[in-house]
Amino acid sequence: MPLIEVTELRKRYGSRVAVDGVSFTVDRGEIFGILGTNGAGKTTTVECLQGLRKADGGEISVLGLDPASDRAALTRRVGVQLQESRLPAKLRVREALELFASFYPDPADVDVLLDRLDLRDHQRAFFGKLSGGQKQRVSIALALVGNPELAILDELTTGLDPHARRETWRLVEGVRATGVTVLLVTHFMDEAERLCDRVAVFDAGRVVATGTPTELRAAAGASTLDDAFVSLTRSTR
Amino acid sequence: MNTFAKITTTEAKLFLRTPFMAIAGLLLPAAVLLAVGAIPGMTEPSPAAGGLRFIDAWVPSVIVISLAMLALQSIPGAVATYREQGVLRRLATTPVHPANLLGAQLLIHVVVALAGIGLTLGVAHAAYDVPMPKHPLLFLLTLLLGTVSMFSFGLLAAAVARTAKAAGAFALIAFLPTMFFGGVYLPRPLLPEVLRRIGDYVPPGTQPLQDAWVGAGVQPLQLVVLAGFAVLGTALAARFFRWE
Repeated sequence: MPLIEVTELRKRYGSRVAVDGVSFTVDRGEIFGILGTNGAGKTTTVECLQGLRKADGGEISVLGLDPASDRAALTRRVGVQLQESRLPAKLRVREALELFASFYPDPADVDVLLDRLDLRDHQRAFFGKLSGGQKQRVSIALALVGNPELAILDELTTGLDPHARRETWRLVEGVRATGVTVLLVTHFMDEAERLCDRVAVFDAGRVVATGTPTELRAAAGASTLDDAFVSLTRSTR
Repeated sequence: MNTFAKITTTEAKLFLRTPFMAIAGLLLPAAVLLAVGAIPGMTEPSPAAGGLRFIDAWVPSVIVISLAMLALQSIPGAVATYREQGVLRRLATTPVHPANLLGAQLLIHVVVALAGIGLTLGVAHAAYDVPMPKHPLLFLLTLLLGTVSMFSFGLLAAAVARTAKAAGAFALIAFLPTMFFGGVYLPRPLLPEVLRRIGDYVPPGTQPLQDAWVGAGVQPLQLVVLAGFAVLGTALAARFFRWE
């Protein structure tokens, strides 16, 4: 049974249709990419998966649970890194981890996480004083502190320099190596190509293609995923 | 340590790390009282204040400073900032409801307000011989109703504002009249009759505080109106509050 199963998901805001019949599945242990330009419906879909928004139509199953009705159970087993979510500037790194650890029934060891995400030297630093890459490492650590089965990472490397991006990619691969399934939302094709086992390409609220990066390249007759993405999403421009 | 206690201690640390509001709520009222008491004539009985000394009549007004600063400046700013930064939304993805964060903020602000008021009373007593409240229980009840109504207004400002800046602006609309009717800018006995009458009923209830203090007996209607404000403010804040 897939870890995530989305069937014909629909969501509109007023008259604007954000998600228009989206279906895909994610298997346990994979890094699954949700690709798309801004406004393609990626974030709305992910918010429905987390139970932050209620879908207008369709079926969602995450870890066998319905996010809309079993949100309490779901939040204990899913770790989340949100796009554009910050922490208070005067909160220290270690305090943030200990605070979030207290939310979960079976949290990860804070010291182990600090070492794994290379934050040991910054554990007493204020969140507001960290670099962009360090902040993202903290938000990944917070997504992992509850020992989740699924980690949802939204726009993880936006705004990071090339070194910090590569460093973050290495960490995501490390997360998967510990058995956590990763749902990665991104609009960077190089990131998807490097990390994802399979991807779903979103365009104007629909899934226009699903498969491994290699399959998508072959299907579009393109030499890079970037070219494949452009040709897959061009029809609706 | 349970989750709410953990959140509260963490929030308390954050509160103390940006100490402006802590200092303003805790020390400012006592400092203002000391300064005002040093003005010649303030500690003499005055016919304009109904034979009381100005300083006696003014202590409840000083309490307004602490409540107004914390309830109408500090809370709306803190809560709206958390929403603006996505902290409330992030919390909604954990097993802990963001209402816990709101509860922790309220608790911290109430504690600071009560400490500031206690300090003010102590200073007034020690420096200028202002007597302690004649009806302590009635005074506490009025203070409780006044505090709840003020804090609910602050939460309402945080509820309807999209950004921390807007929350500050909304709260200022309530802040200035509160300070004015409460007699902070001008001692209440010197306010025109109609303004003083309004001030008798609006939160945080300066007149009933004063009546409980000097033993004049609190008019039940004033407490009922105050309780009405508290219920209305809380209901509106709960109705309009958005987590994101």
